[in-house]
Amino acid sequence: MKHESDHQLFENYQRNLKREKKFVLVLQLIILVSFFGFWELASSMYWIDPLIFSSPSEIYSVLLDKFSDGSMLTHLQVTLFETVLGFLIGTILGIIMATVLWSSERLSNIMDPYLVVMNAMPKVALGPIIIVAIGPGYLSIITMGAIISVVITTLVVYSAFREVDPNYVKVLKSFKASRGQIFKEAVFPATIPAMISTLKVNVGLSWVGVVVGEFLVSNEGLGYLIVYGFQVFDFSLVMSSLILISIFAAVMYKIIERIETFLIKHTK
Amino acid sequence: MSFLTLDHVSHHYFSKKNFTKALDDITFSIKEGEFVALLGPSGCGKSTILSIIAGIIEHTAGEIYVNDQPLQQAELDIGYMLQQDYLFPWKSIIDNVLIGPKISHDQSEETKKNAVDLLNQVGLSGITEDYPDSLSGGMRQRVALVRTLITNPKILLLDEPFSALDYQTRLKLEDLVWELLGLYSKTSILVTHDIGEAIAMSDRILLMDANPGSIAKTFEVPVELRNEKPFLVRRHPKYQILFDKIWEKLNKNEANSLQHEVVESPNET
Repeated sequence: MKHESDHQLFENYQRNLKREKKFVLVLQLIILVSFFGFWELASSMYWIDPLIFSSPSEIYSVLLDKFSDGSMLTHLQVTLFETVLGFLIGTILGIIMATVLWSSERLSNIMDPYLVVMNAMPKVALGPIIIVAIGPGYLSIITMGAIISVVITTLVVYSAFREVDPNYVKVLKSFKASRGQIFKEAVFPATIPAMISTLKVNVGLSWVGVVVGEFLVSNEGLGYLIVYGFQVFDFSLVMSSLILISIFAAVMYKIIERIETFLIKHTK
Repeated sequence: MSFLTLDHVSHHYFSKKNFTKALDDITFSIKEGEFVALLGPSGCGKSTILSIIAGIIEHTAGEIYVNDQPLQQAELDIGYMLQQDYLFPWKSIIDNVLIGPKISHDQSEETKKNAVDLLNQVGLSGITEDYPDSLSGGMRQRVALVRTLITNPKILLLDEPFSALDYQTRLKLEDLVWELLGLYSKTSILVTHDIGEAIAMSDRILLMDANPGSIAKTFEVPVELRNEKPFLVRRHPKYQILFDKIWEKLNKNEANSLQHEVVESPNET
């Protein structure tokens, strides 16, 4: 026989929810700690070659060293700046291009095969050409970060524009709205969730573009550190850069998730 | 003088390999302040007629006149209500209601006040800053009604506006819409596949045939029914007589056509 009141049942539900959350968090921590612990152990016992795979303690001392003399901060700032800018330019340019395509069906029909080709082409292969054309430096690296996401953004956002429920358009047309007004009042806001999901993809892509760009020309940035570490056989430096990249890529992703929950409160 | 006239209007839908004649030789006219129902099975082109009058799609033959002027020059102000409310989920209720005025660049305080008054009139007060997702289906369709009326349209096009609602809400909303449209003496066209709803709300019923869409027969609703609220009409003795007449005609049409499609039966009798 059950004698619990409504309130008790609800409390039980909440308690279970909390317990489950705690359980997941603990397991996540265990994985993290045992990963680094095992790595450290394997490295110090020479199960893996510490020269190639480094070790957490080695990486920690490299990071401490590089941060305290300020050099790492510069590299980090450079790469972050390039990535954020490349990401923003790629995304915004993609949305603008999608808007232009939406404004004329004929234009989008004409451009269709070219977009397909440009999308299929591996953008990092353009790296050498971009560097020759724009010159080695920030500008070509930012271009790399942008170009890698611009075409896919255009395609995804444009198809989202086209999938907006035609009845919203019908409502606006009954008020004699112009095509521009239809875009502003219905098509664009209805597409915001789709745009956010392309942002999430673009974050990762921009990191790829920027790191490859830095491989090719730079003498600053985390991508440069990876190549430099590789050349001087300092794999602790390579690993340190890699870990920083992972952390900051994840942080950018989380920031976009925050923006998402804020923006799409009322779009469903 | 008639307010709106469709003169031998036809419409074709074209696709790459095929075309279908959606409307064939539609001719009817509506007087100012009249409430006309277009009744017929799904796929008979009822909604297409509304879209043509609204200027959203172009008819392929025939002519439409508003006050004896061709439609294109007439600048007809229309109000359009669809099957679902299609409120913009990212706009607050008041912004949804004021979308029409916003598009015509009329954002005066007076219009805003009108909007709030109209919302009160349909029984929705104190929700202006809420968002559509917190409202029930019936409330949302009432907001859509206010959004339609706020621009003071000359003619209302109602495209099965109650079909997505549950029966009880629907009966209540029929009364509300009927009363409001009567109060502002709006000319209205209601598209429906529900015989009862057509009789309850309109002054005249145009029964349509499918494939291609055409007007099979016109039924005048008796004067006694026209001046009653929809809910009361349904209980009037003359309601059943007219219902049976339409039912019989609908079935005969269905039998005549070689279509195998199952015609939707009315939801209530």
